[in-house]
Amino acid sequence: MNLYSAGKIAYRSLRANRMRSILTMLGMVIGVSAVIVMVAIGAGANERIAAQISSIGSNLLLVLPGSTTAGGLRSGFGSAPTLTMADAKAIGRELPAVRFAAPSVRSTSPVVYGNQNWSTLVQGVTPEYFEIREYRLAEGRYFTADEMDASSKVAVVGKTVIRNLFGEESPVGAIFRIKRVPFTVIGVLEEKGQSLQGQDQDDIIIAPITTVQNKLFGSEHPGSVGVIIAQAVDRESIEEAEREVVSLLRQRHRIGSGQEDDFSVRNLSEMLAVAEASTRVMSLLLGAIASVSLLVGGIGIMNIMLVSVTERTREIGIRLAVGARERDILVQFLIEAVSLSAAGGVVGILLGVGGSMLISRFAGWSTIVDPGAVLLAFGFSAAVGIFFGFYPARKASRLDPIEALRHE
Amino acid sequence: MAAPVIEVIRLSKTYRLGPVSVEALRDVTLSIRQGEFLAVMGPSGSGKSTLMNILGCLDRPTDGVYRFDGQEVEALGRDALAAIRSRKIGFVFQGFNLLPRMTALENVELPMIYDTVPSGQRRERARNALAALGIVDRGGHLPSQMSGGQQQRVAIARAIVNSPSLLLADEPTGNLDTATSEEIMEVFAGLNEQREITVVTVTHDPEVARYARRVIRFRDGRIVDDGPGEGRGRCRDGASANG
Repeated sequence: MNLYSAGKIAYRSLRANRMRSILTMLGMVIGVSAVIVMVAIGAGANERIAAQISSIGSNLLLVLPGSTTAGGLRSGFGSAPTLTMADAKAIGRELPAVRFAAPSVRSTSPVVYGNQNWSTLVQGVTPEYFEIREYRLAEGRYFTADEMDASSKVAVVGKTVIRNLFGEESPVGAIFRIKRVPFTVIGVLEEKGQSLQGQDQDDIIIAPITTVQNKLFGSEHPGSVGVIIAQAVDRESIEEAEREVVSLLRQRHRIGSGQEDDFSVRNLSEMLAVAEASTRVMSLLLGAIASVSLLVGGIGIMNIMLVSVTERTREIGIRLAVGARERDILVQFLIEAVSLSAAGGVVGILLGVGGSMLISRFAGWSTIVDPGAVLLAFGFSAAVGIFFGFYPARKASRLDPIEALRHE
Repeated sequence: MAAPVIEVIRLSKTYRLGPVSVEALRDVTLSIRQGEFLAVMGPSGSGKSTLMNILGCLDRPTDGVYRFDGQEVEALGRDALAAIRSRKIGFVFQGFNLLPRMTALENVELPMIYDTVPSGQRRERARNALAALGIVDRGGHLPSQMSGGQQQRVAIARAIVNSPSLLLADEPTGNLDTATSEEIMEVFAGLNEQREITVVTVTHDPEVARYARRVIRFRDGRIVDDGPGEGRGRCRDGASANG
């Protein structure tokens, strides 16, 4: 018997018991769509976390100055003025695994515009910083290298500051004061939202590092910088970049072997790995729970196939009498089971994809339907049909022809 | 003389029903030649259906030898038996045993599906078989839309569509009225005459047995009588009342 004939026979008998076939399929439909929706939600969460992490910038190393020791009390990393503008330049220029290096200084300051005041983070950076941290402009422009060299009093401002200081009016061109020093707003940053730690990344004013060092905060240590952010060439070279930064700075700071570093390098991609791992566990858990319903659907198929074999014992007897082999009967019932589960799988895929879209539309959760997951769900539903259809089909094929013919 | 198509030597069949064992066949020895028309008679429970099932390769004997077309059937596996049923044996049952959801034509096609005949040829052969039985116009009907006689004709068409050498009929007229029974038996006689198909039919009805050229009587699992029937004379002489 060829597969086409077997398929036709299966289709007929499924159509003859239409209601029963639909209800059995429903089990698979629910199972498959649940798997797809759950995996889509998991993937969506994953994507969102990855997006949040990349809002920091990708492939970043954070270079912090060393600690100071005052009266036996050691402060943390970042308290000693051991990193300089020259260090940042050297990291950016000399190391093959580093694309950019951007020094920055930061401090919280009161800012004033008209009769409004606000306290916010003022960060002094070089123009590369915008690119490394992936800051985008909503309006206006970034400052230039020339403006940095000239210590121009220009600033790029985040949305939170704008809301609190300027209200509704467009702030580009407006002059406001940071610690009594007048600055001109030349650009407005696009919103970045909260960081992973819950900080408002839009509550910020960014100005040329030279301006901030010379005109705002001064420093007992001119030329020292708070932190250097270095961007590796790509994801694979992060660790290479880290090694290069360490050896370059040890050399520049004349640190002999055996002595401790007077700086520290942190790899932001480690954070990413941790966050990714946790969402992966969540996706897996969701998928596992949904798979249970797939299993239940499979048991439903097995149940109905067993009923069908009993009901059609006489038919099986007739088929055996006119020359059907065991294999023919086995294939016939197996195809019925697989048709049920695969058809349920297809409907489940449509429903699952539609459901994912509805969820992201109405619940606001981002969902991502991965074509691989869809294919897997379909393959799995077909496999469920084979697995749970096999026992009833085998039972049918092993029937004794005479007893089957006598069956009422 | 034609070679025996069926050779049964000291065949027995014992059913075990719990502690009781029932001997359905005891030491049955029988030889049927190609082209014979045989009626098996006897009271119910005498073992004739058991013999039919064994002859039809649906059941296996407990003891003894069964040769079909010179081949020892006990040695064959289930698939080989299925192949014999499909190609060499046609069954006709008392209750017709048509598949209710299939049309007459599709029912006749069924044995060819398992013999992997291509579908175009299948359709043609099924139509020819229905035509031979005079019901080709019923090809698209479901069994429930046909009379008993028509259904039995479809069943016979199904039995002969693979050109078997043996036609086994188990009370083929048991569900039919007298007139229809005669029609059906005429069909068997015709197939036996024209196609030289060996026909073995089980029956209670002496009227039916009249068509056979040889009649075997069973009692308690044994053959108690084996003699010529009236069929041969009727057909060969062309002098019968029906002629």
